[in-house]
Amino acid sequence: MTLLRDRTVQGLTIALGVMLIVSALVPSWIVNQLLFAFARAIAVIGLMVLWRTRLVSFGHALYFGLGAYTVAMLGRFTGITDAFVLIGAAAALSTLLGFLLGFILRRYRDIYFAMLNLAFSMILYGILVKTELLGSTDGFSVAAPTFVGIAFEDAQDGKLALLFVLLVASWAIAVAVQGYLRSTLGRLTTAIRDNEIRVEYLGYSAEHAIHIKYVLSTLLAGVGGGFMALALGQVDPDSMVNWTASGELVFVTILSGPGSVAAPFIGSFVFEILRTYAAEWMPHAWQMIVGGTLLVIIFFMPGGMWALAMRLVGRGKGHGAEGMGR
Amino acid sequence: MDTAFTILLDGLVFSSYLFIVSLGLTIIFGVMKILNVTHGAFYAWGAYTAAFLIGLAANAGWPDWAGFVIILFSAILVGLVLGLILERGILQFMYHRDEVLIVLATFGSFLVLEDVILLVFGVDPYFAYQPMALLGSVELGGITRDTYGLTLIGLAAVVAVVCWAGLKRTRWGKLISAVIFDREMSETMGLNVTRVYMVTFTVGAMFGALGGAYVAPTISVAPGFGIDVIVLSFAVVVIGGMGSVPGAIVGALSVGLVRALAVHKFPQFELFIVYAVMATVLVFRPEGLFPPIKLRKI
Repeated sequence: MTLLRDRTVQGLTIALGVMLIVSALVPSWIVNQLLFAFARAIAVIGLMVLWRTRLVSFGHALYFGLGAYTVAMLGRFTGITDAFVLIGAAAALSTLLGFLLGFILRRYRDIYFAMLNLAFSMILYGILVKTELLGSTDGFSVAAPTFVGIAFEDAQDGKLALLFVLLVASWAIAVAVQGYLRSTLGRLTTAIRDNEIRVEYLGYSAEHAIHIKYVLSTLLAGVGGGFMALALGQVDPDSMVNWTASGELVFVTILSGPGSVAAPFIGSFVFEILRTYAAEWMPHAWQMIVGGTLLVIIFFMPGGMWALAMRLVGRGKGHGAEGMGR
Repeated sequence: MDTAFTILLDGLVFSSYLFIVSLGLTIIFGVMKILNVTHGAFYAWGAYTAAFLIGLAANAGWPDWAGFVIILFSAILVGLVLGLILERGILQFMYHRDEVLIVLATFGSFLVLEDVILLVFGVDPYFAYQPMALLGSVELGGITRDTYGLTLIGLAAVVAVVCWAGLKRTRWGKLISAVIFDREMSETMGLNVTRVYMVTFTVGAMFGALGGAYVAPTISVAPGFGIDVIVLSFAVVVIGGMGSVPGAIVGALSVGLVRALAVHKFPQFELFIVYAVMATVLVFRPEGLFPPIKLRKI
């Protein structure tokens, strides 16, 4: 497989060009869907990097929510509306928290890793729900962003501008993560999953590698949350910080499959579309669809949607095998 | 003094509730090493079934005390049906796979079962106040409380004793202990581990449903209320040590009392403090305060 030339970066660049043109043409409701899908996908890339090492976090809504609330609070209390500054602040704060908690979490594996993340995220949830100043369970609204001084009169133009920024950011993140995964440190990802002791014997520190991976995932979750806050124009604890939000991120990760950095974008878009139509046609069956899909993927398609797409394109061999193993 | 007593009393009631709900979770983890997210759905199903049947019984003119029989019946029914469906239908195919994948599978099942509730029972809340109204309220040391809430403490004590006796004094309990101790060795000795798993999961599900069924009369049973219970019972089980029954008692008491203290003294920290305790325990004693004894295998 390594003998094949990796054309991911070229593919991503072409996809970026296509997406930029497409998003300028599509109706506004699809622009919104794309905003939500790509914002979530950025966070999911981080979870995918963890998932490749067989680490599942039931608490990444901590960083997703922190990113979202950072953006919202800066806008509300300091009047900063520049999208780049806001997202940068969200990224910085969530990375800092991830770096600090990473010292503890890098020693944990399996369900203990999942549980400790859950506990940390529920602490933030507990604080937000009881803070009147931040609207408790209702949350509060986020001001429309500006872009290096340019403010858009028309809300729809603003959304489109945000989508352009988000698309370029997604491209940059995907390319960077792809570079990371192909580096020695990134290749340790699957090695640690397979046998941590052997990795140690090779002279690498598994804990160190996991710490880096963890910080990367928190950075991406923070950025994704920040974009989500701007896209929704609203933050609230139940849809962004509660454990169900973490569960949603995990679900999209499994749905997308670990095969490629491009997978989360596809998985996340399918997730948004599914949710929109489910809310319309079967309002009380949304969770059933999510849960049922999760079970189907675990049992029948360990490589997720990416493996399915690859099989349809006819490049299936080898790609799905990076799935979940037994 | 009065506040201290109130906190103690409310804390005990809440602890008892937590203990009953978390017991099933810890038993299932102890025997099967499965972190069962579906537990929240067992709880919700227990509550819905009990509330629905109590409502039916009241309309049919049954006496109010029948509610207590219905609660017990609902717990057993839900545990048997859902526990067996889930264990036989899904989990039995996953035992050889990764722990984390099993968690995800139970998470998927939880989501499905949550929506099946909506399909079966609809979205309107249910009220089943009859058993609570029957017992009225009682004054203890100057504060008035529902008698029904206080009976939770009694129920928790009974459940604890039944569980202890079941594990230590019956043949089934000894089989389960053997499987907890060493699964492969038990299998080699001719023990039917598949059946032990099935029974354990069903009994665990019954305890989860019992928690929901018993709480049903005190609240309005509405969609989505299994969600908070999962993380609370995770906190209890983690604090005590996953898989340990005495641990569940300690965990339930810690969470219950700490939360009661927060509710009365620092209401804004009510949720925060529970998870802060959970995180602290995980950081300093990842195996919990009362880790189950582990044999060192060579």
